[in-house]
Amino acid sequence: MLGSIVFEAGFFQNHAVRTALIIGVIVPLVSGCVGTFTVIRGQAFAGEALSDMGTLGGAGADLVGVSPLWGFVGVGVVVAGTMELFGVQRRRGRDVATGIVLGAMLGLSALFLYFDTTHSSTTGATITILFGSLFQVSGVTVPALVILGLIGLLVVGFLYRPLLLTSLSSDLATARGVRVRSIGLAFLMLMGVSVSLSSVAVGTILGTALLIGPAATALKLTRRPWSAMLTAGGIGIAATWLGILLSYDSFYWPPAKKGWPVSFFVVTLIFLFYLAADLSTWLRARRVGSEARGTGARWDRDPVGAR
Amino acid sequence: MTTTWEVATIVAVVAGVVGFFVVMRGSSFVAHAVPQSAFAGAAGASLIGVSTIFGLGVFALVAALGIGWLGKRGRHDVVTALAVVVMLGLGSLFLSWSTEYAPAIYSLLFGEVLGVSGNEVGLTALLGAVSIAAVVVLYRPLLLSSVAPDIAEAKGVRTQRVEMMFLVLVALTATMSVPVVGALLMFTLMVGPPAAARSVVDRPGAAIALSVAIALLTVWASIAASYRTNWPIGFFVGTISAVAYLVGRSWAWWRTRRVGDSPAIVGSDAAVRPVEVG
Repeated sequence: MLGSIVFEAGFFQNHAVRTALIIGVIVPLVSGCVGTFTVIRGQAFAGEALSDMGTLGGAGADLVGVSPLWGFVGVGVVVAGTMELFGVQRRRGRDVATGIVLGAMLGLSALFLYFDTTHSSTTGATITILFGSLFQVSGVTVPALVILGLIGLLVVGFLYRPLLLTSLSSDLATARGVRVRSIGLAFLMLMGVSVSLSSVAVGTILGTALLIGPAATALKLTRRPWSAMLTAGGIGIAATWLGILLSYDSFYWPPAKKGWPVSFFVVTLIFLFYLAADLSTWLRARRVGSEARGTGARWDRDPVGAR
Repeated sequence: MTTTWEVATIVAVVAGVVGFFVVMRGSSFVAHAVPQSAFAGAAGASLIGVSTIFGLGVFALVAALGIGWLGKRGRHDVVTALAVVVMLGLGSLFLSWSTEYAPAIYSLLFGEVLGVSGNEVGLTALLGAVSIAAVVVLYRPLLLSSVAPDIAEAKGVRTQRVEMMFLVLVALTATMSVPVVGALLMFTLMVGPPAAARSVVDRPGAAIALSVAIALLTVWASIAASYRTNWPIGFFVGTISAVAYLVGRSWAWWRTRRVGDSPAIVGSDAAVRPVEVG
């Protein structure tokens, strides 16, 4: 009886739900693993920019009639490569320059989306691209997502040691023969792929939550990168699955009786999980005393890099 | 249409002025975060039938002050970034409850030429006047704390207070601008024209004036072009801001090559804060 209250009728039989649940495993897993390094390396700004810029790819792909995933991936990889080329090092100049480029790309996206509504009489492209389409993913996009995700995970595993080395100390890494710039480029591209996957699920402008939310939460709970990656993946999957469930159940909720957007639930849940971890860390520190404040603080240093 | 021109002019002036300090202080994050949080306010306002400007204003102010408060406690981090994303999600939730879901999202995020109704022009003008007055009153402490915070502190400037006032100014700017330019693209007006101006001119007064001029040209051209082609105004604002920025940087680079000496772009604040204009 409790089951029928928590799970509205037809939840497990619904095809869109089952597809969403599968996506809801692979995407958070990739985002959690890549995101852990994003937070460690303090590159959340780059990750957010990559995700937002994907809007142009999605809008372009939609205009041409292809699945937005290809647009996201295309833009993600190209921009990642360009970012490395211009060496996004100095923070002040980087912020303005990246912002300008993002503005131009978003402007162009607005134009493409406008063409989309006038030429194909569908108005949903804006929402699909910006806020995701977890329940509407179909066709070849699903296996493509899974395959890209698995490749991403493999690359993370392959690059784990050099990534860790370069994140801790680029001098040490160079001394050990690691090509820091190549690793940096590879990681940016990895982020590009990761945010394209999460853009399909929750959209380009909400995707940052999947990238840094679970990872930052995990890094508050554990210091070891391996366990952080797994924890981040777990938190992401939990938030996504719970979000899928809530969105399905919300179908008859007021006020519009057509369901609340799934990406809203996922993002809010990620935020709540982070707050919970934050609170528990703070409580733990208070109980044990200020010596314990070192827990997790090492990775916590301004991971967003925002002023 | 006259409404749009009037509002756009006010918006350009305020964005050009406030944007100068945004670029000086490197507050790109705030410039992105505040309009995006305000989006939820606009969505909520349209849902309950309240003035959009009011919804924008409330949420923008809360967001700006929230960022300031979190910043004071050393939390420029994940909490703020996640909170902004949740605000965006909230906005999409509010709009999903309305019947005009897709078009409303589009115009709130990318701008709408007819975005401000006639009876909101007065309110916009008032907000604009308040903003400019605030900048005039706060000019010296604001400038000093942007260029050299340590010297400002030594001179008795309450930099925390000034930071809060600056954030409120950004919130006011966002409130006025989002209906016309859109929540996602609003920041380009606060970044492009000022950065372009600073690449060309060193002295703050002249840079602000140039920034306002470029912003005015950007907005007027965008409205005219949008009106003629029916293409979204956000497209023109984003593109023209980028072009202005490129022109400014090219000018600075060309001047450096001609003079052959230390870059002119660093200018008067080089001694105090040797950072590039960006």
